[in-house]
Amino acid sequence: MALLKSNKVLYCLGNISPSLGVLSSRHSSWWGGVQMGPPDPILGVTEAFKKDTNPKKMNLGVGAYRDDQGKPFVLSCVRKAEALIAAKQVDKEYLPIGGLGEFNKACAQLAFGADNEVLKSGRNITVQTISGTGSLRIGANFLSRFHGGPRDVYLPKPSWGNHTPIFRDAGMQLKSYRYYDPSTCGFDFKGALDDISKIPEKSVILLHACAHNPTGVDPRPEQWKEIAEIVKQRQLLVFFDMAYQGFASGDIDRDAWAVRYFLEQGHNILLSQSFAKNMGLYGERVGGFTVVCNDAEEAKRVESQLKILIRPIYSNPPMNGARIAATILNTPELHSVWLEEVHGMANRIIKMREQLVAGLKKEGSSHNWNHVIDQIGMFCFTGLKPEQVERLSKEFSVYMTKDGRISMAGVTSGNVAYLAEGIHAVTK
Amino acid sequence: MSVFGEVPQAAPVAVFKLSQDFNNDQCPDKVNLGVGAYRTDEGQPWILPVVKKVEKIIVQDEKLNHEYLPILGLPEFRSAASKIALGDDSPAIQENRVGAVQCLGGTGALKMGAEFLRRFYNGNNNTKTPVYVSAPTWENHNAVFANAGFEDVRPYKYWDAEKRGLDLAGFLGDLESCPQHSIFVLHACAHNPTGTDPTQEQWKQIAEVMMRRKLFVFFDSAYQGFASGSLEKDAWAVRYFVSMGFEMFCAQSFSKNFGLYNERVGNLTIVARDVDNLKRVLSQMEKIVRTTWSNPPSQGARIVAATLNSPELFAEWKDNVKTMADRVLLMRAQLKAKLQALGTPGTWDHITEQIGMFSFTGLNPKQVEYMVKEKHIYLMASGRINMCGLTSKNINYVAESIHDTVTMVQ
Repeated sequence: MALLKSNKVLYCLGNISPSLGVLSSRHSSWWGGVQMGPPDPILGVTEAFKKDTNPKKMNLGVGAYRDDQGKPFVLSCVRKAEALIAAKQVDKEYLPIGGLGEFNKACAQLAFGADNEVLKSGRNITVQTISGTGSLRIGANFLSRFHGGPRDVYLPKPSWGNHTPIFRDAGMQLKSYRYYDPSTCGFDFKGALDDISKIPEKSVILLHACAHNPTGVDPRPEQWKEIAEIVKQRQLLVFFDMAYQGFASGDIDRDAWAVRYFLEQGHNILLSQSFAKNMGLYGERVGGFTVVCNDAEEAKRVESQLKILIRPIYSNPPMNGARIAATILNTPELHSVWLEEVHGMANRIIKMREQLVAGLKKEGSSHNWNHVIDQIGMFCFTGLKPEQVERLSKEFSVYMTKDGRISMAGVTSGNVAYLAEGIHAVTK
Repeated sequence: MSVFGEVPQAAPVAVFKLSQDFNNDQCPDKVNLGVGAYRTDEGQPWILPVVKKVEKIIVQDEKLNHEYLPILGLPEFRSAASKIALGDDSPAIQENRVGAVQCLGGTGALKMGAEFLRRFYNGNNNTKTPVYVSAPTWENHNAVFANAGFEDVRPYKYWDAEKRGLDLAGFLGDLESCPQHSIFVLHACAHNPTGTDPTQEQWKQIAEVMMRRKLFVFFDSAYQGFASGSLEKDAWAVRYFVSMGFEMFCAQSFSKNFGLYNERVGNLTIVARDVDNLKRVLSQMEKIVRTTWSNPPSQGARIVAATLNSPELFAEWKDNVKTMADRVLLMRAQLKAKLQALGTPGTWDHITEQIGMFSFTGLNPKQVEYMVKEKHIYLMASGRINMCGLTSKNINYVAESIHDTVTMVQ
């Protein structure tokens, strides 16, 4: 007890005089100088939500799908796959460093289309990763070690909050290109083209394949075409982040259109895929990382280096989720059920968007809320300002991140009217 | 022109290449003594009965979903896993100064610990702090620490090839002469690859020097329960160091003792001076986890947590672990006996003195090559064999082959 008390004194001393604190902290703990890490902004939303006792409270921070009762949704194709796997009693031997072969193959096919020339010529290497984060990290590490071009990775502004620290920790530098236009709550196409046309040659550009996180704003096909052209002119290395294939429009081919178009145009892309949302496999950590190479020989060399990168991080990836995903993708009946269920999830989101806009009109809002319907995927950039977000949490117990982003997954037919009421109240 | 035109072909990881070669070998008598995974007497992988039981429960539980775990992992897994290492009655746990990070296997736990140390130990981002790993050690130790940014990963004397045992004097010498604050990776039990552990008396000597010279203790515990058959016995060194007052890390793997290899179940146990330091450490661990894998996989952790937290299942698990440990001990005894009966040149006491899955046979690279090429018995170039690869059916062949090899090849 005395030891604990004296440490408190020493720590306080550290606040008054840093050097004094470090000296004495050394005696008591190696970690005296370790600062408290900053709280996660999204977790903060959930914490506040949990403490709130208002029965009408809504958590619109959560980036996980919820059904119309507000409950987590385990896809029936997942349950079926699990039953099949349980019956097989497969062993638990280590997977190869690159993961489950049948998963990797199916993962690439899903992204590119089964008849894609890239797959046929074997010039892609696809490895199983720890969901989307793990995939991005392996990709970042690979770039850091092998990319001969500039160290800069260009992210859209804004981008998923975790992109920046992932690339930074891997030793890359971050820059951005214009993307979201707050005046329209839409795509700043002119600004994006303008900025991209100035990116130094051979830099890395990160693109969200569909359902941009956090804005929900995606380029239209004609716009993607122009982006692809200018990216080619600048000789940029394209890194696609596809975390929502199927989840955005409800159609997996449609959501992969941009990725496939870039391939067609000859871009040898890097691609991160996640099955957290579109298969509801969040906690099983299922993802893939692909490098599209010039030929199969190059793919083999790249593969060998990816293994060298993976081994000192976690040796080899977890089996359970990959096996579930592979079973679904490779079993025709389960594959069809999955397509339907993904379609169902996307549809519910789209319906909620429509109902929210209808609700706001009903409330008598004079604002233009079309962006809520134009945006796509799980998230919606409402355009709400921080003060309005604050009011919503304090007066209505509706919780979202400060940037005005809401997760449509948290909206149900049971609470959408209340949400419209709240949003109208703080914006009229 | 390709951005990756200059990417060189990397050499394959030796132990996996060995398995590949074994798989491609057509000889019916072939034996795989390479990769460190348990095998039954039929030479098959073994899913622990308690694991089968728990998996069934999980699959049938409609209340369970696949939502994200917290960044640091499943709470009931983390606490149960740390208790396994430190003991139920651990004073450190009671003082609330023990925390944990669920990680992807033992590798992941080492990785998280290494990344944290590089950022926050011995100053900020001090990549020059020496990291000492045993000579020899698990081949991935070097890469884990080097990739975490440490520029100076060095060996400490450990294995005495001549006397086929621990080079204690050399080990203590390195502890005395190394730069202060150096980090030492210690094998908690069943040293990989030598199977040679310090005795309790020797651990006490090691601890004394490390405390006096302010060296950082980083235990790698991949075989708890698997080595002697007793969880407590295999955790003696870790618990002794905790009782001596060290702030330390212990990377735990549940790959072997739960047979959950491919579910990547690991735990980084952190023993801090007090709850305040622990809190800050964990908050920074979260940031490191977030940019590496965001949050860990749930399946394996659920299995382990359910098992450790149920008295019945826990007892069943200990029994399963003892089954594995006992079979290894039996193979050790029988291999030594057969080699002695054959009159194989050399002494073979080390086979039964060594502990755990591996044995450093003492075969040299030429002899190893002979074993692989002529006898189709696959073992690491270091002479390391996995005792689990031995069965009642192949042990005679292996003993005879070692006998031939040692006689024919010098």
